[in-house]
Amino acid sequence: MQITVKVNGVAHTHDVEPRMLLVHFLRDVLNLTGTHIGCDTSQCGACTVLMNGKAVKSCTVFAVQADGAEITTIEGLARDGQLHPVQEGFWEMHGLQCGYCTPGMIMTAVDLLQRIPNPTEEQIRHYLEGNLCRCTGYHNIVRAVQYAAEKMRA
Amino acid sequence: MAVTKLFGASVKRREDPRLITGRGNFTDHIKLPGTLFMALKRSPHAHARIVRIDASKARAMPGVVAVYTGQDLVDKLAPVPCAWLIPDSDLKVPSYRALAVDKVRYVGDAVAAVVAENRYVAEDALEAIDVEYEVLPAIVDQERATQDGAPQLYDDVPNNIAFHWKLHAGDFDSAWNQAEVKLSRRLINHRLIPTAMEPRGALAHYNPGTGDLTIWCTSQNPHVHRLLLSAVTGIPETRIRVIATDVGGGFGSKIPMYSGEMLASAISRDLGRPIKWFESRRENYVATIHGRDHIQYVDLAATRDGKVTGIRVKSYANLGAYLSTASPGVPTWLFGLMLSGAYAILAVHVDVFGVVTNTTPTDAYRGAGRPEATYLLERMMDLLARELGMDPAEIRRKNFIPKEQFPYTTATGLQYDSGNYEATLDRALELVNYQQLRREQEELRAQGRYLGIGFSTYVEVCGLAPSAAAGAMGFQGGLWESATVRVHPSGKVSVFTGSNPHGQGEETTFAQLVADELGVPIDDIEIVHGDTEMIPFGMGTYGSRSLAVGGTAVIMATRKVKEKATKIAAHLLEVAPEDVAFENGRFFVKGAPDRAKTFQEVAGAAYLAWSMPEGVTPGLEETHFHDPINNTFPFGCHICVVEVDADTGKVSFRKYVAVDDVGNVVNPMIVDGQVHGGIAQGLAQAVYEYAAYDENGQLLTATLMDYAVPKASMLPRFDVDRTVTPTPVNPMGAKGAGETGTIASTPAVANAIIDALSPFGIDHIDIPLTPERIWRAVQERRG
Repeated sequence: MQITVKVNGVAHTHDVEPRMLLVHFLRDVLNLTGTHIGCDTSQCGACTVLMNGKAVKSCTVFAVQADGAEITTIEGLARDGQLHPVQEGFWEMHGLQCGYCTPGMIMTAVDLLQRIPNPTEEQIRHYLEGNLCRCTGYHNIVRAVQYAAEKMRA
Repeated sequence: MAVTKLFGASVKRREDPRLITGRGNFTDHIKLPGTLFMALKRSPHAHARIVRIDASKARAMPGVVAVYTGQDLVDKLAPVPCAWLIPDSDLKVPSYRALAVDKVRYVGDAVAAVVAENRYVAEDALEAIDVEYEVLPAIVDQERATQDGAPQLYDDVPNNIAFHWKLHAGDFDSAWNQAEVKLSRRLINHRLIPTAMEPRGALAHYNPGTGDLTIWCTSQNPHVHRLLLSAVTGIPETRIRVIATDVGGGFGSKIPMYSGEMLASAISRDLGRPIKWFESRRENYVATIHGRDHIQYVDLAATRDGKVTGIRVKSYANLGAYLSTASPGVPTWLFGLMLSGAYAILAVHVDVFGVVTNTTPTDAYRGAGRPEATYLLERMMDLLARELGMDPAEIRRKNFIPKEQFPYTTATGLQYDSGNYEATLDRALELVNYQQLRREQEELRAQGRYLGIGFSTYVEVCGLAPSAAAGAMGFQGGLWESATVRVHPSGKVSVFTGSNPHGQGEETTFAQLVADELGVPIDDIEIVHGDTEMIPFGMGTYGSRSLAVGGTAVIMATRKVKEKATKIAAHLLEVAPEDVAFENGRFFVKGAPDRAKTFQEVAGAAYLAWSMPEGVTPGLEETHFHDPINNTFPFGCHICVVEVDADTGKVSFRKYVAVDDVGNVVNPMIVDGQVHGGIAQGLAQAVYEYAAYDENGQLLTATLMDYAVPKASMLPRFDVDRTVTPTPVNPMGAKGAGETGTIASTPAVANAIIDALSPFGIDHIDIPLTPERIWRAVQERRG
């Protein structure tokens, strides 16, 4: 099937198998490998991207379902060489170690701060439930999101 | 230690910019033209004879290039190697084929490999392979596996016992006979799944023209993998290049040699095309190693006033169906040697039975042996305190090795480098406001609320080394580390390290060390790791050894560079080398600081070589292989405070305090992060995670839906603090921090929950302390 998907501001038209997952479309067809795959049951959230502004797990969306959609991946988050405040927060607060869950974690945090600009720690922890990290114990991820929230409010 | 600028500073990580922008170099990102995708057909049975494999339908599918079975590869690939051959233990290492021949022995044992044009087609083809099995009775429980009549995995491993390792230090029998207090317990340290967020995978490319094999793979130790791949494929090491640049977590699970990497290599050679294999999470759960899984019988001898006089342990360690690369060493040396912990216990008797069962092979998982020893000991200390009506803090204090006695030789023969155990306990007590907390506990109990306070005063062994010790323990390798420091003509520096970080931040910490030594800006320093073609040799990153061993190698190589540069500078300044001082990146004449050459000028001169001192060769590059004189022994005190709802069994975390002593700290931010993550994994063992098998050997927790890796909402905040007792073992005085959190936290959490339940007369429940287990125990007591 032919689909057209706007990814990070650029429209891409490709023929894809109906069963192709969006995450494979991004990684294998568009070579956007910043979106990671960490499981096969939609638990880990490493593949989280923004679809029409909302966080989705791209392993749970078929590429054909994204036809006509606007997708933002981790590669498209920084603008004009400026890190997004959430990216900055992860760097400042040591919110990552191996970095494998990080792209998905950041995209979910971006979605969170769009909805709740001033989240409590409890809200942050609750909102990140769909994203697993094995390295940090989440302690510094929470601080990273708090850093970004403060920065975005300023 | 030299007075330096970056040592001790929380420098932001230099690896982060690529990782937060989606530009990491993880294995599955690498693409080569003409790559085929490999998928593995795995056994659905825990124990079965392979009667027949019919791959004809799969082979006929469009896009399928080849299907291999075990028989096809018998002559092309040697068995998966075991590299820790523990001595004096009647060790038996059964043949472990990358693709099973004749028999499968666990759910996940690979029986066939499909190679196809893409991963979708390869997965489809797996379904089309018809394997006929004759199912055999399976055995999962390692203690039952040793009993007569249990199903046998191998003809030549009677009673499924692959080894019996023993260490009898001191006179336990007389300690036991004279003991005023005797405690005996059966403890279970259950099975865990490491769950690095990046599953394992490989891209193998054999070039038929040159005979070179290049393999990108998820590895904690690329050189070790090169050595082992050479051994199993017969391709000389000189023709194999292993690359593992960014690795998405390991926790031990990316140390061993596995069938996937071996098959990708062998099949790439066979077909002359690049082969990519990347496991699914389900495959990762059934076919990447698991950890822990001991059944332990413990006898503790003590005096009436609370002094422990001896400990005896008999442990059944579940090795799984085959012996993974380091598996025999983990439940033996890394466990048994540490059984006296932070305490002056003079008699330690250990017998470990390594047992094969129809389960996924086990090997090193974060902590590897030390968590099994520490949980056991810290649980027993609490039981002893309970028995004697003593405070758990005070019974620990009473048994600590006093700080005056360091270096201290344990009954088991280890030499603890340095320590001040009481200081960490005192600091942690202060941080939780202990006396106040105990009063609050009393008050809450009166209201029917159950607060619990749990201790863990641990010591662990890290900086795994030295090589002579490794050899004595039967480890088939050295435990040194290498570093090459290459100063370029511009004065910029490339550091090649044999350590291979996968989240630990060495690109930052190692650069801090070099920047301090050479007085050059940190931005002028590149840390290169994870490529066997660029690095002399490396033993890799595990056992909290990278800084203590690899970092020391970096410092030593840097000092050699400095020594040579000093000679060149002296020559340029027309003075004797002993008249030259070096500070902040400048060489200058002592007493005449204006007569100076910058480090960059000296580097340039070394490469121009127009005028070199007598006997000094051009260039500025040095290599050092560092083999430490001893391990390092971090220690600390963790205190966990919980409240347990006795009606539901739900545990709420009130506070978690960690006071660790890892010696001097290069980058406090990174060490804090290591401690946080370590606590999360150990805490999860205490209350959440449990790899469960049914009696037929089916892994019930084979997905992230079923295996309880903690989410953000399931963990508390961690209060992390430190004392500093430097080690004399290396020039940094640094010990290592990768595993302390995991080792310490499981018993701290378990002890807190049991403490909360003490009004019910409960003194032990096996971990994980799930609401159901707690609720059942309370119900039983309530009648």
